[in-house]
Formats: sequence, structure tokens, C-alpha cells
Amino acid sequence: MNSIKRALGIVWFLLGPFSIWYLIKTAAHEIAAKPVVDTKIQWGIFIVVFVPISIGLMIFGYYAMKGEYDHLPENSDEIQ
Amino acid sequence: MFRFLNYLTSMNTPVQQQGIWKVIAASSVGTLIEWYDFYIFGSLATVIADQFFPKGNPTAALLATLATFAAGFIVRPFGALVFGRLGDLIGRKYTFLLTLVLMGGSTFAIGLVPGYQTIGFAAPLIVLLLRLLQGLALGGEYGGAATYVAEHSPVNRRGYFTSWIQTTATLGLLLSLGVILLTRHSLDADLQKSIAKFNDWGWRIPFWVSIVLVGVSIYIRLKMQESPLFTKLKLECKTSKNPLKESFGNKANLKMVLLALFGATMGQGVVWYTGQFYAQSFIENVCKIDFEQSRTILIWAIVAATPLFIVFGGWSDRIGRKWIMLSGMLLAISSYHFIFKQLMNISDVKGKTEIVEQRKMLSREVMPVPDRPGEFAHIAISEVHYTDGAVFKEVVTDTVKEDQSKTTKTIYKDKRLGSGDYWTAVWWLFVLVGYVTMVYGPIAAFLVELFPTRIRYTSMSLPYHIGNGVFGGLTPFVATLLTTIYVNDKLSGLWYSIVIAGACFIIGAVYVSNKIDPNVND
Repeated sequence: MNSIKRALGIVWFLLGPFSIWYLIKTAAHEIAAKPVVDTKIQWGIFIVVFVPISIGLMIFGYYAMKGEYDHLPENSDEIQ
Repeated sequence: MFRFLNYLTSMNTPVQQQGIWKVIAASSVGTLIEWYDFYIFGSLATVIADQFFPKGNPTAALLATLATFAAGFIVRPFGALVFGRLGDLIGRKYTFLLTLVLMGGSTFAIGLVPGYQTIGFAAPLIVLLLRLLQGLALGGEYGGAATYVAEHSPVNRRGYFTSWIQTTATLGLLLSLGVILLTRHSLDADLQKSIAKFNDWGWRIPFWVSIVLVGVSIYIRLKMQESPLFTKLKLECKTSKNPLKESFGNKANLKMVLLALFGATMGQGVVWYTGQFYAQSFIENVCKIDFEQSRTILIWAIVAATPLFIVFGGWSDRIGRKWIMLSGMLLAISSYHFIFKQLMNISDVKGKTEIVEQRKMLSREVMPVPDRPGEFAHIAISEVHYTDGAVFKEVVTDTVKEDQSKTTKTIYKDKRLGSGDYWTAVWWLFVLVGYVTMVYGPIAAFLVELFPTRIRYTSMSLPYHIGNGVFGGLTPFVATLLTTIYVNDKLSGLWYSIVIAGACFIIGAVYVSNKIDPNVND
């Protein structure tokens, strides 16, 4: 199970930059198709919100790859 | 000190078992009101668009409102950080009292803001500001209430007792829909006049109602005591000095925050909003079911499904939280297309038999087509009755061009379903809300158990509000956007929820533990 966790970590790590690229590409396409303020605002909001989340997904993937999730803490002392 | 120790010692006695219901009631009522406050804005999005955003382009107005709506959700994670930190520093009780005051004040104030016609662009700006305050307050409320109840609960019933808090989001939505419908009907003896008055000024009443509800809730909460676990930490001087740094600057805790977000709350958020908000929006805007039926269908579904929050919360105490939540996600992603297709089918005119003698012409008019000189549109609106009891409005538009060639377009709107189809729709929404109860019922206990007491409020609030607020809150917005990009597929909006919940299911299944933490006191 731990090897699956680590292998999938690569997927989550790569999914982060992929989702940022896909988001920006779609935003550029949609803004070019409808260059009005509303379109720019809504896609601007999406980018501002989802880029940090994608970075979080990369960190999650990195931790998974490194085996940080092989064992989950069972009490608070392990989180100190 | 001795009084406090006696209080702690008595936590496991039957008297305290009875006392927990007071804790649950006081926490739940306040949280329910906060959700009510937050949802009346969303439920009245189209009416508010007319009042506060420049007229002329209804789509722009609606998008502006939805953007405001989204802004309300986007600031929720910031509220989680601000109030979560406060809750871990000064205590749960005063923090979620503060969020209640902020929410109630903002909601009441929205009901007082003059419209765009009166004060121009100041109107949408003030509304946006107040909406942001609402989002900030909500971001601080839920984590406090869930933590507060969990820290009072006995170990073996944590899922059951916190599931009462979990009912509040759905009941807040129910209350908002109920107050709106009641107000819409009560402003005049003539229903059409009543609706006109509601759209003109009556929409403000549900916002004003909030101040009364919040007043009652503040009174109740003032009588509550601080969480025993937090008080114990405070007396031992073991509270966190910097909850934000400890929550997100410490790798051991950050990895649990990320796991909570990507393995639980992200999927929970989209299932929650798809099953309730998007489903209601879908039957109103895609299926074209009339305003009232599209709301009463959801109301019945919520009333029938709400007890399931308690069922799944209680069940999670016996078999663990993980697989109940993940089963809800799996069922949702594998059946969304089928269920939404059924909703389209029951509102489709195909397969229905018209009672021709009952057809009634409502209006007929001729008007020039905007931006197309020389072209005229002949619009005939009729009320059409069907043998299954359904009544649809049929709009036939004949467009006559300069060369006298003619094109005809027929659409149906304001559909009132017959009794059989109505209850079928209620059933499908009940199933959707049932999925919501599976993913949402156990999640408060799940989150509470992931984090230690001294940084619990901060640590659990952020992943909850990113998952529920950002991923979930943007569901109707992104889904509507997808349907405008892929115009030939009316179900394309579901792909957002399916992809997000699918990823969350895989992460949850592989990484999340099903163990119940026996000791949240640490």
C-alpha cells in the first residue's frame, strides 16, 4: 500500500502544474473569445483562487512521494 | 479552579450527557442562522441582480451577482484563518459569538442598502463589501461550532453529536427557501401583485428577519460555557502562541491539513453543492420548471433527507468515518448523469399529450428584432395543459425577415409538473441530498479528530472552507460556465463535480485512515 501511496504521489505532484497550465490556457482562450469585463473578472478569480490550491496539491504529492503518508499520526505528540 | 475541576470530572456523568443537548442546541441554532443569512443572498440572486447591478444586460447582471456570490465563498478561507486563530488564542465561545454578530449585522445591512437606481454604483459596492463580511464571518463560525460540540462529546458518540451541527447547513438553506416563499406569497391577496411587490421591495424582508434570529441566538450563546478542553489547556498555559504557524508552518500538521482538503473536504464540497444548489438551479434554469415548484421540490427532498445526517453521523461512530464519506462520493459521481437526465426527461414536452380544448392564449405581440433592421418577431404565449396534469407556457416566436421569409422557434418555460412527475423529481432530489448526508454527516468528527486541541479551530477550518467554500461554492458558477462553453450538452456542467469528487475519492481511499481517534483531548 505504501508503494501505491508513493507512486500516486508523482501523479498529484504533476497534476498541480498541469492544472495551472490548463486553467491559464482555458482562461486565455475564453477571454480572447469574449473580451468583456465579466469574462476577465470571472477567469481572474478562478486563477487567483486555484493556483495556490494547485501548489498545495504539488506539496501534497511531494509529501506522498517522500513517504510522509506511509504512517499517519495516531496522537498529537506525533504532530509536535 | 476547583469548580472547573469538578466540571471536568462530571463530564462523563449522566447529567453532563443531558447537558450536551444544550450545547448542541445553542451551537446549532447559531450556525443554522449563519447559513440562513448566507444562503438568502444566493437564493435571491436574480432579484438582487435587478436591484443592484446596471440594467440592460441581464446576463452581465446575473454574472455580477454570481461573482459577488463567489466572492462570498472565496473570502471564507480567510475568515477561517482570522477567526480560527482567534478561537485557538482566546477560546471557542467568544470567537463564534463574534462571527454571529458580524454575520447578523451584515445581513441586516444588505436589506437596508438603496438600489442602483437610487445611489448608483455605491449600491453594488456596498453590497459586495457586506457580502465579503458575510463570507468572513461564515469562515469563522463552522469550525468553532463543530469543535465546541466535539470537545463536549463522549468518545463513542462524537460522530452522532457533531452530526447535529452538520444538519444546520442544509436546514439553513431550507429556512431561507421557506422564508422567501412565504414572503413572496404574503405581500398581497393577489399572488401576482404579491410577487411584484416582493421583487420591488419585499425581498428585503428575509434579510431583516435575520436580525431577530441573530438576537435570539446571541442571547443563547452568551449563556454557554467555554469548551472544557480549551479551558483546561488555558489553565495549564498550553494554548498555542501562534496557531497559524503551528498549523501551516509545521510539516507534520500541514500534511494533515492537505490530506483533509484533498482526501475529504474537496469532494464533500462539490457533492454538497451539486446535490442542493446546482440541482435547484438545474431544474429551474435548464428544465425550466417554474420558480415555486423548483423550490418546493428541493424543500421536500431536504425535509425527507435531513434525518440521514444523524443516521450517517451515528453510524460513523461504529464503522469509522472514511468509507461512509467515500461511498457517498462514489455513488454521486457514478449516478449524477443518470439522475440529472431523469430530471430533464420528466420536464420534457415529448411524450406528453396535450388537452387541446384547455389551451389558453395569454398574449400575442409583434416587436422589431434588436440590431436587425427590417426584421420583426411575432411572439405568441399560450398556456398548454397536458393529460398528466402538467401545465407549460409555450412561447412561439415567428421571425419575419425583410424578404418575408419566416423562421419559427418554440420554447417552453414556467413548467408546472403534474403530481406524478413532481414527486418523481422530489425522489431524485432526495437521492442527491442523500449523497450529501453521507459525505457531510461524519465530516465534522473526522476533521476534529485529525488535529490537536490547541490548533484545532485553525487547522480544521481552513481545509473545510477551501473544500466546501471554494470547490463547492463555485460549483453552480463553474457548472453554468461549462454549459455555456459546451452548449450542445446540457449535462456538461456535471463534469466539474465528477472530476473533483473522483480525484478526492482516490486520494481518500488510498491515504485516509478509517481509525477513530479515541482521544481528542490531546
